[in-house]
Amino acid sequence: MSKKIHLTIKVWRQKKGETNGQFETYQLTQIDTDMSFLEMLDVLNEQLTIEGKEPVAFDHDCREGICGMCGAVVNGFAHGQKKATTLCQLHMREFKDHQTIVIEPLRAKGFPVIKDLVVDRTAFDRIIQAGGYISVKTGSAPEANSIPISKKNVDLAMDAASCIGCGACVAACPNASAMLFTAAKVSHLSLLPQGQVETQKRVLTMVQQMDKEQFGNCSNEYECEAACPKNISVENISRMNKLYRQASF
Amino acid sequence: MLNANIPAGPLKNKWTSHKSKIKLVNPANKRKYNIIVVGTGLAGASAAASLSELGYKARVFCIQDSPRRAHSIAAQGGINAAKNYPNDGDSIDRLFHDTIKGGDFRSREANVYRLAEISNHIIDQCVAQGVPFAREYSGYLDNRSFGGAQVSRTFYARGQTGQQLLLGAYSALMKEVAAGNIELHSRTEMLDLVVIDGVARGIITRNLVNGEIESHAGDAVVLATGGYSNCFYLSTNAKVCNVTAAWRAHKKGAFFANPCFTQIHPTCIPVHGDYQSKLTLMSESLRNDGRVWVPKNKEDKRAPNAIPENDRYYYLEEKYPSFGNLVPRDLASRNAKYVCDEGRGVGATGQAVYLDFSDAIKRSGRKTIEERYGNLFDMYQRITNVNPYKDPMMIYPALHYTMGGLWVDYNLMSNLPGLFVIGEANFSDHGANRLGASALMQGLADGYFILPYTIGHYLARRAAGQMDTSPKAFRDAEQEAKERTELFLSIKGSRSVDEFHRELGRLCWDKCGMSRNEAGLKQALEEISKIRDEFWKSVKVPGSGDDLNQSLERAGRVADFLEFSQTMVWDALHRKESCGGHFREESQTAEGEALRDDENFCYVAAWEFRGVDKEPVLHKEKLDFEEVELAQRNYK
Repeated sequence: MSKKIHLTIKVWRQKKGETNGQFETYQLTQIDTDMSFLEMLDVLNEQLTIEGKEPVAFDHDCREGICGMCGAVVNGFAHGQKKATTLCQLHMREFKDHQTIVIEPLRAKGFPVIKDLVVDRTAFDRIIQAGGYISVKTGSAPEANSIPISKKNVDLAMDAASCIGCGACVAACPNASAMLFTAAKVSHLSLLPQGQVETQKRVLTMVQQMDKEQFGNCSNEYECEAACPKNISVENISRMNKLYRQASF
Repeated sequence: MLNANIPAGPLKNKWTSHKSKIKLVNPANKRKYNIIVVGTGLAGASAAASLSELGYKARVFCIQDSPRRAHSIAAQGGINAAKNYPNDGDSIDRLFHDTIKGGDFRSREANVYRLAEISNHIIDQCVAQGVPFAREYSGYLDNRSFGGAQVSRTFYARGQTGQQLLLGAYSALMKEVAAGNIELHSRTEMLDLVVIDGVARGIITRNLVNGEIESHAGDAVVLATGGYSNCFYLSTNAKVCNVTAAWRAHKKGAFFANPCFTQIHPTCIPVHGDYQSKLTLMSESLRNDGRVWVPKNKEDKRAPNAIPENDRYYYLEEKYPSFGNLVPRDLASRNAKYVCDEGRGVGATGQAVYLDFSDAIKRSGRKTIEERYGNLFDMYQRITNVNPYKDPMMIYPALHYTMGGLWVDYNLMSNLPGLFVIGEANFSDHGANRLGASALMQGLADGYFILPYTIGHYLARRAAGQMDTSPKAFRDAEQEAKERTELFLSIKGSRSVDEFHRELGRLCWDKCGMSRNEAGLKQALEEISKIRDEFWKSVKVPGSGDDLNQSLERAGRVADFLEFSQTMVWDALHRKESCGGHFREESQTAEGEALRDDENFCYVAAWEFRGVDKEPVLHKEKLDFEEVELAQRNYK
């Protein structure tokens, strides 16, 4: 059964990217434990609006864990501590009465803050633009069943393709590396025969773009996998590293 | 009467012969044309990528931080195609017939036939892009039956088909951005359409990060801006989905067709509190094994597992013995409402029914059920904290999809030359009710395989390079958008934007939801005016206009819903028949089933704007059925 709890919310407030930010503290009473985390923020924002203050800006859209738009660091964990869960699918029953919750943006050099909890993740789009696709034009595709693909490979490709591009992996990594994101796309496409034609070029250009966007290197901390709301495995990073070596020499 | 420009000739040859006759743009000239595409869901992303591949220049706008977030991503079930891989008797003809019948005979035959024809190419295209559709151990593509279809024609990628198809279209879009043919504007919202001499010439946008209002001119404008389910506040749509682009185009002269055709999905997680911000859909496939019931006795407040078999009312199985729990979406939804209205609803709010898997678990074993629905059961448990392997799920219908949209002809062009509308934003292919796994098919058909041809037919007859934003129409529209922003910020009332949105949503749900009647609809018209007046008097929009201001964004969208909703209600009021998702209580059979009126309502209702609070002008497009025989649906 749901119950009502009292919370202290410390949230990062920053008017614009170029201004300084700071934590602000708010009290929330009567928070229903059946609420989602974002609904709790809605309640806070309604309260702030009525008080004549600016609500906390935060990204969100589908609120069912698939669009990848939401994300924040909650008590030190990207998307909160619950495993394999996006922030929108985190519920207040995971918190205790009178608990203090600290909420920060997904911080990384490659993700500049736009406002409050909203960060700029367009670097991910640019990494995909660098090669995260198969260069097939509309209309030139062969009959779909002309190339059988082993179920095992498709399942592995699907595991990698489940990435929602939220950026939790970057925020969780001590080096703010985007290896898991990049590797998930490289893996997805290289595991399929359609994608293999461009594998060598793809892995080089995508990694090059990743570096250019000021994401750090991988030092095998596996924090990315732990934070990933879609359980994307670090095995994808090994696969990418192997492909990268093959393509480099 | 509206002319849909349907090509002459036999139904089966229309698209082929049309393609061979329409005008082409010389390859060397294509780069001189600049096309504006608004929205990057399946339809928008696939269209923009395909146009760019052909050599056109495109400017693409999306409201989210990345095109990959568009709400197509949330579609779970799958995508239909007439491949007939399982050899179970499917064909283009059968898919066509099923879609027409499913739409309750309120869609255009020619469009639907073309959709069925194209369905197979979509699968080819997506596989080539690397979409990891489910496969059998043989390595060939797997299919499943979906939404009560008699054949297995649905392709799927786990429960994330929409995500995988969208990421495919997004990757094609990114490829073209990298090639330099597409200019991408994310976190940008279209606020108005610019029409000069009756022709769509451009759009006005607001940069959501710095608040800048900008003009963009183009040789054509393509709207791929989705549906308007969020008019009801609570829906399965993403929070940002809105009617603004379509409504602004409507106010500039584009006709809005069949706005009362809305789809209410039967299996969503029920509302659990006033703070509820959206509803989550549970895939329809659950009804394959789950049994829907409520207590027989209204006063029965026992826990579900304590209620013996004899005291349970399996209302779908009793009323529809041949289809049982697998009746179409509209019937399943309406009957849930009936039993709840009778006082049999369960849960804290009384607005829920049980979906019970205990028999299926007994019959097939927990492991089988886990394999089929494991991810859905997990999702349910995460949200509700109830274990559906032990206790029945609780479900209730919710707004999910809107069949209505801007009117388009066979070429997907609205009545305003130069304005094309694709995907859920147009009204075209689903009639009064959409079948499961058909939304993805239509979005991609429009974007990959229809618009790239038909837009050329329009452009070939016009001089290229209409990039001038100096005409006064642009300045006026910019000014209007700026003044509107200032107005929102200056009201400084006492109620939040969301409060108004919730109030409007509740009203639409009660009066223009699963069941509608004349008195209720008339009352809704009055009440909407009142809410709107109150909104403009006492809304409170904090912050400023020159930075990211999510309250301000929402205020603009809710203001447009407050106007649009009346058009939806007017449409519902005028359509005195029941059909598909539109159930008029005055038009039912003796058994309480929907009764269509083909004699008087076999047409598309396309509305022309005449002013806020003024009844719009009705234009009719007559629906001629040459191939299909009109019949009353029967699922008894």
